[in-house]
Amino acid sequence: MTVTEPTATPEFVDNDQKPVGHGRMLRKEDPRFVRGLGKYVDDIQLPGMLHLAILRSPLAHARIVSIDTSAAEAHPKVKAVVTGAALAEQNLAWMPTLSNDVQAVLATDKVRFQGQEVAFVVAEDRYSARDALELIDVEYEELEPVIDVRRALADDAPVIRDDLENKANNHCFDWETGDATATEAVFDSADVIVSEDIVYPRVHPAPMETCGCVADYERVDGKLTLWCTSQAPHAHRTVYALVAGLPEHKIRIIAPDIGGGFGNKVPIYPGYVCSIVASLVTGKPVKWMEDRTENLVSTGFARDYVMRGEIAATKDGKILAIRTNVLADHGAFNGTAAPIKYPAGFFGVFTGSYDLQAAYCKMTAVYTNKAPGGVAYACSFRITEAVYLVERIVDCLAYELDMDPAELRLRNLIKPDQFPYETRTGWVYDSGNYEPAMRKAMEMAGYDELRREQAEKRDRGELMGIGVSFFTEAVGAGPRKDMDILGLGMADGCELRVHPTGKAVVRLSVKTQGQGHETTYAQIVAEEIGIPPADIEVVHGDTDNTPFGLGTYGSRSTPVSGAAAALVARKVRDKAQIIASGMLEVSVADLEWVKGSFQVKGDPTSAVTIQDIAMRAHGAGDLPEGIEGALEAQVCYNPENLTYPFGAYICVVDVDPGTGQVKVRRFVAVDDCGTRINPMIIEGQVHGGLTDGVGMALMEIVAFDEEGNCLGGSLMDYLIPTALEVPDWETGHTVTPSPHHPIGAKGVGESATVGSPPAIVNAVVDALKPYRIRHADMPLTPSRVWDAMQGRPTPPI
Amino acid sequence: MQVTMTVNGAEVTADIEPRLLLVHFLRDHLGLTGTHWGCDTSNCGTCVVWLDGEPVKSCTVLTAMAGGHEVRTVEDLERDGELDPVQQGFIQCHGLQCGFCTPGMMMTTRALLDRNPNPSEDEIREAISGQICRCTGYSTIVRSVQWAAAHDGDREGTVPAGSTS
Repeated sequence: MTVTEPTATPEFVDNDQKPVGHGRMLRKEDPRFVRGLGKYVDDIQLPGMLHLAILRSPLAHARIVSIDTSAAEAHPKVKAVVTGAALAEQNLAWMPTLSNDVQAVLATDKVRFQGQEVAFVVAEDRYSARDALELIDVEYEELEPVIDVRRALADDAPVIRDDLENKANNHCFDWETGDATATEAVFDSADVIVSEDIVYPRVHPAPMETCGCVADYERVDGKLTLWCTSQAPHAHRTVYALVAGLPEHKIRIIAPDIGGGFGNKVPIYPGYVCSIVASLVTGKPVKWMEDRTENLVSTGFARDYVMRGEIAATKDGKILAIRTNVLADHGAFNGTAAPIKYPAGFFGVFTGSYDLQAAYCKMTAVYTNKAPGGVAYACSFRITEAVYLVERIVDCLAYELDMDPAELRLRNLIKPDQFPYETRTGWVYDSGNYEPAMRKAMEMAGYDELRREQAEKRDRGELMGIGVSFFTEAVGAGPRKDMDILGLGMADGCELRVHPTGKAVVRLSVKTQGQGHETTYAQIVAEEIGIPPADIEVVHGDTDNTPFGLGTYGSRSTPVSGAAAALVARKVRDKAQIIASGMLEVSVADLEWVKGSFQVKGDPTSAVTIQDIAMRAHGAGDLPEGIEGALEAQVCYNPENLTYPFGAYICVVDVDPGTGQVKVRRFVAVDDCGTRINPMIIEGQVHGGLTDGVGMALMEIVAFDEEGNCLGGSLMDYLIPTALEVPDWETGHTVTPSPHHPIGAKGVGESATVGSPPAIVNAVVDALKPYRIRHADMPLTPSRVWDAMQGRPTPPI
Repeated sequence: MQVTMTVNGAEVTADIEPRLLLVHFLRDHLGLTGTHWGCDTSNCGTCVVWLDGEPVKSCTVLTAMAGGHEVRTVEDLERDGELDPVQQGFIQCHGLQCGFCTPGMMMTTRALLDRNPNPSEDEIREAISGQICRCTGYSTIVRSVQWAAAHDGDREGTVPAGSTS
């Protein structure tokens, strides 16, 4: 079923008009946030709490000759100074990464990137801790760094990971997907082949709240409580249990309010481990909060793929095959947070939204002297890179064929009757109806009129560009037979309790970082069980008080945990129906569910509300035979497939021919995320992702100089869009439900971050068509656009 | 050193290190954690408070510099249990997601509307351009400010005497 709804206009419906279920409901979390009463990690103050600060390497690659901590230890407010050597004595100097590599908690032998953790200080206050860092004297022996990813595998490249046994080069892993032979055959016989080198530079999620934690180890009962900026508190707890040997029931992870995550808060960082050690050593609660530079130079970056894209087509524009070769920069440690069988994340969906005959990807990943990471910044496990590659190379094909890029896409989109559609790389797209989304975006944008305007402006020497992208996402990891992180299956639990008076509490394994779970999950449960959202408390982010599950990233909350919430509510409703049959003295089959009540079929006057049933479930009266008291249930949802949201985006830019400055004049985004729970929240998620896209396409890059100094280490250097760089977003939608999700929802948190960068770059390149430019790499800063206009489009790295 | 200032209408005296930043004084010493610390370089604006009615970035103001002056933070926007129209606007128009930039955005908005009760969209964008929101993409913040501008009049007469707003 596909329903194309009218474009939503900004309207602010109050809660009373749709008190139950899906709809544009105002957020339950906002009243505390607007009062300044959010509770973030750095807001936590515990009696006797100490402060931790981390000494970081100023060099990208160097051997540690000696560390003298005596002056720091002599500081009157310092309680402890710990180096890698001290951690090594406890076997804690190294920790596993989420990709089964290891990462230094504190460096023992060498430092391998600028900003790497070398030592930490615990002091009575945050300023003294920082002061004491200045008193630590480290002697380094500088080594040649590996910065240029293209040189990482050169014979004479210094070996970064000499900590690994028999490691004689900087090779990290190889990976391939698709059919090389079949793809080559299609390319050999194709009318047209277009190749382009396409770089997706290193960027950073940079949430407004940096990473940090408060560790509190209670010596007597042996319980560790860690308030932490974590998107995945349950996964973190298990990893700490496995790594540190702490019994899992004595670890409680609390992720309080999180000031944005975007994947930056999935990994376990050395700072968290240091804080736990510090609390163990001092017997006091210990707080660690990064500053902005630490966040930018040391925590999970995103992208850093150097790609060669190739596309084969007929001369009339039928796309036949896509092939790509990728060189992936994973930094000094492979800290990629992705399902373990997917070292390149879900990059395999680089075949995009098109019906191809063949596809093939070969990837080589390498170590360099840069910070670890790779999967972050709302990338849906590397789908940002995949969508950018395919949507850029399709535009290159349009350029060579001199075809309209929207028309070329319309000719090649997968047709509705082809779903479920298995791609040439083995992904089964659950549902889709692509053409109406594309047509709708074109209609909203006034595509034909825009092309006419562009032609007139070109005649006058003005540079106007129109960029199109069409994306398919793969979200909701994932089926546990295929997907795990460090052996943990990617399922999610949900628990629902209805109290005697008919109010309810729902407990989630996932954790909002701004997505509005406290509202949308109340709505999901309300829709199923008829209790108003205002009467449903959503509990999340506390491992002692929520069921196990793998957390919020990869747009997986709604596809996985949202499904669990719907199913647990149905389970409770099924029990309620049995209780109702006893109350109404009819058989279960004679009852029907009418929003909030069970009624005797054909007799609306004989009904009991869910609240009546809840009281009976807890009351003194008899219950039907075999039915236990209380009204509650728990489920663990294992998705049978990923869900595949999609969308069509159109961007309009103006480029100043005198400066190369790009202005994004308009942006039209039509998203299809299946069943929509709260349209207000969906639009907000889309707006945020589109802004990410402007950032990546035009402004953001984490660059390095030849010595490995990070050139994006503050918000003065790492440029993030403000209100002046972005237009007023124009959003629309179609609705194609997922066939396997209980309510048909697909997830939307990362769609716009994934889909928007190619639309913007395509628009800029389109604007530069008079200069005969087919491709220019991000970020399209004025100087880089200017270089392109002068015929010198340089890669950014 | 000893410093005395007015914070949200109440006089505060404290012994502080001369180098203590105002953001840390408000958060760590006074427990006013609605003001956030986001970047150190005056770029992000999560730390915006008022100093004598002017929005300032409290991560680059020394506590000592606030001595003898009036500071107003997000905690003072709500008066007598009634939310400021700016706070209501942010709720009504989904002007926030993670909530981290929100206090700073609202303090700037309140200052803007006090000076310019009917700002254009461009004027709103200009006013908040020294601040970063990573979640909303700004359109809903602009609408929140417009909502507040449209509803500011509803609140006249309810603001206590002596209020800086």
